[in-house]
Amino acid sequence: MVSFFDAEMLARFQFAFTVSFHIIFPSFSIGLASYLFVLEALWLKTNQPVYLRLYKYWLKIFAVAFGMGVVSGLVMSYQFGTNWSVFSDKAGPVIGPLLAYEVLSAFFLEAGFLGIMLFGMSRVGKGLHFTATAMVAFGTLLSATWILSVNSWMQTPAGYGVNELGQFVPEDWLAVIFNPSFPYRFVHMTLGAYLTTAFVVGGVGAYHLLRDRTDADARKMFSMAMWMATFVAPIQIMAGDAHGLNTLAHQPVKVAAMEGHWHRQKGAAFLIAAWPDQERAENLFEIGIPKASALVLTHSLDGETPGLKDVPAADRPPVVVVFWAFRVMILIGTLMAAVGLVSLWLRWRGRLYDAPLLHRFAVLMGPSGFVAVLCGWVVTEVGRQPYTVYGLLRTSDSLAPVDAPAVAASLIAFIVVYFLLFGAGTVYIFRMFRARPDGGDIETGVPQRAAGTTPVAALELSSRTATQQIEEGA
Amino acid sequence: MSLDLPTIWAGLLALGIFIYVALDGFDLGIGIVFPMLDSEQDRGTAMNSVAPVWDGNETWLVLGGGGLFAAFPLAYAIVMPALYAPFIIMLLALVFRGVAFEYRWRDPRHKPIWDVSFTFGSLVATFMQGIVLGTFVQGIEVQGRAYAGGWWDWLTPFTVMTGVALCCGYALLGAGWLILKTEGGLRLRAYALAKRFALATLCFVAIVSIWTPFLSPEIFDRWFTVPNMYFVAPVPLLTALATALIARGLYRRQDAVIYPATIVLLGLGFIGLGVGLTPWIVPRAVTIHQAAAPDESLLFMLVGALVMLPLILGYTGYSYWVFRGKLKNNGAGYH
Repeated sequence: MVSFFDAEMLARFQFAFTVSFHIIFPSFSIGLASYLFVLEALWLKTNQPVYLRLYKYWLKIFAVAFGMGVVSGLVMSYQFGTNWSVFSDKAGPVIGPLLAYEVLSAFFLEAGFLGIMLFGMSRVGKGLHFTATAMVAFGTLLSATWILSVNSWMQTPAGYGVNELGQFVPEDWLAVIFNPSFPYRFVHMTLGAYLTTAFVVGGVGAYHLLRDRTDADARKMFSMAMWMATFVAPIQIMAGDAHGLNTLAHQPVKVAAMEGHWHRQKGAAFLIAAWPDQERAENLFEIGIPKASALVLTHSLDGETPGLKDVPAADRPPVVVVFWAFRVMILIGTLMAAVGLVSLWLRWRGRLYDAPLLHRFAVLMGPSGFVAVLCGWVVTEVGRQPYTVYGLLRTSDSLAPVDAPAVAASLIAFIVVYFLLFGAGTVYIFRMFRARPDGGDIETGVPQRAAGTTPVAALELSSRTATQQIEEGA
Repeated sequence: MSLDLPTIWAGLLALGIFIYVALDGFDLGIGIVFPMLDSEQDRGTAMNSVAPVWDGNETWLVLGGGGLFAAFPLAYAIVMPALYAPFIIMLLALVFRGVAFEYRWRDPRHKPIWDVSFTFGSLVATFMQGIVLGTFVQGIEVQGRAYAGGWWDWLTPFTVMTGVALCCGYALLGAGWLILKTEGGLRLRAYALAKRFALATLCFVAIVSIWTPFLSPEIFDRWFTVPNMYFVAPVPLLTALATALIARGLYRRQDAVIYPATIVLLGLGFIGLGVGLTPWIVPRAVTIHQAAAPDESLLFMLVGALVMLPLILGYTGYSYWVFRGKLKNNGAGYH
């Protein structure tokens, strides 16, 4: 029995904590960057001011979220070494170059064009500014590509050999990058990021519709978000299913944990609820739909599905966490698709902006994407335990020679600082949500900032004159 | 020395770290001199002068970490645990200062808090970087393929000195950047600060130069035996030249001289460290070649680096070009 407070558990918890906080920002900024790209494209094409207003509105929020993503991401690039140095030494020759490609091709691209995107609207032409937005959006996707390739290689290693020092060494780069789970993970995560953003945008739109049904900006963003829910949520369910089948092929034990199945069996039930007991290797109770799991996983009512007992107890992941995280993710995915369908029906009836119940529910669903993304990552990361490189390198053999007190101290520091600083950031983002994109009718106690004192406000200049702004600033 | 892949990568990594020092150095430096500026308006202008470029600058630090991991995984695996506390503290400090760039403008009532967060974060991050640098010079204890020293080995009078030294160096870079980018009272204030920090930086250059050779006989021999002496002689000579340039620039108020001359000065210090360090990547324990990833890894990355580094330098340069010139002294930034 491992103590919860040994160096390994602490290091695992620290990594889980910092990476969970971090993933929140990219899942939002990947989607938001693409959304900003679409908004600017629509503005340039149609010249309708509503798109420009929405662009500026979401750009300010993007700036805050992106900043938090940068600083929390910087932490990650050093944590491999500070806490998982043996893993870094062994896996470095394979995954290091992929991370280097991420920095060289994506991070610099995002950061290099972000300045122009945020502050450059009055300094460069419309075309160049649009190019900057496009580069930032492209950079976020490129970054996701590389990092998901790294993660996927750790889940389904391919194209490697092992040298005399015990290091993994590359033998076939294409096989390393396009390892078996990568395409599935990439599609599933990217769609997840898009849906997350869509539901944030939809939630904010719905919030403003509840206050003022005629708000043109709110209508536009709500409508755009609901189109995403209608089309992308069902696609995501299919992508998730395909990803699950891929996991079944390469990490059957993870699937057994997701399903809460201890025995290899034919015609297995899908458990709606259960309480898996790791010690006794059985479920304390379970409620299930007969044959459903077999049907989903094997596309046959009597297909055989794996069980946790296929492997020794020491090779099983913590089942409860994986089992329930999976169910929360599925529930949210289903609700998202339901919102999409209801909105489609209301749209068809011409009542999309006149449906307070849907709007209320959309507000409630605003943060749901983040929960789903986090749960999805918990499923895949906890589910591949006890390995860092699946089947090849154990988590307990990956650890840095850092004592428990040092890790405990840094863990506490991360928790305090992250909650404090990113908590403040979340408050600021919510304040921005409460403001209307057209700047009018703010009764939220947030003063209309003097335009001349904020960098992002420099953007507003393109629709005002310099003298006006100086007057406002004075 | 043959020009093989590990050597090329050591050079590229050194170049990346130096670009980091030159770029993030000035925006960290602005954080350090931030409370020494005269007015709220000046502080706003100072922050706006780096707002469009700071996260690009910080990306070079990600490249430093990622590059070390990728090209020299063994060195990364030894150095990070050896410098556990300094790295974690530096990363947390960078969070404090990074969020301040946006939060400061989002919450006027709590602006002073975010200003403190900005300065404190910049100062602590710089100090920790100086400690990391000092530890690299002083040496790291290694057994097998892992760090074998204690958790406080990095904390010595020498590393504290290099920590303070780097704070002065970055503050000088920050002041030089402000001289370049601002006008009026802020520019004059930056000149006064630059004078002060130039003096301090030069004192520290002298202290480091005298102290370092006595840390290990190996470093001493690099500098003070014939024929090595002739090869390394240009370093102190050029340092004197850079010092003269800075002094003249300060005296004659040559706005465009201070920042570049400071980069040259720090660059020479950087080369000086390199002279003492080669061929080690973990000083006096692991060489560049011992720590290097296999050639297949290095070659694969080199292809990417050769294509992308020029592109990165191109569009980063373009971004700086877009925001070129002096800022108006009203904090409004980019009009």
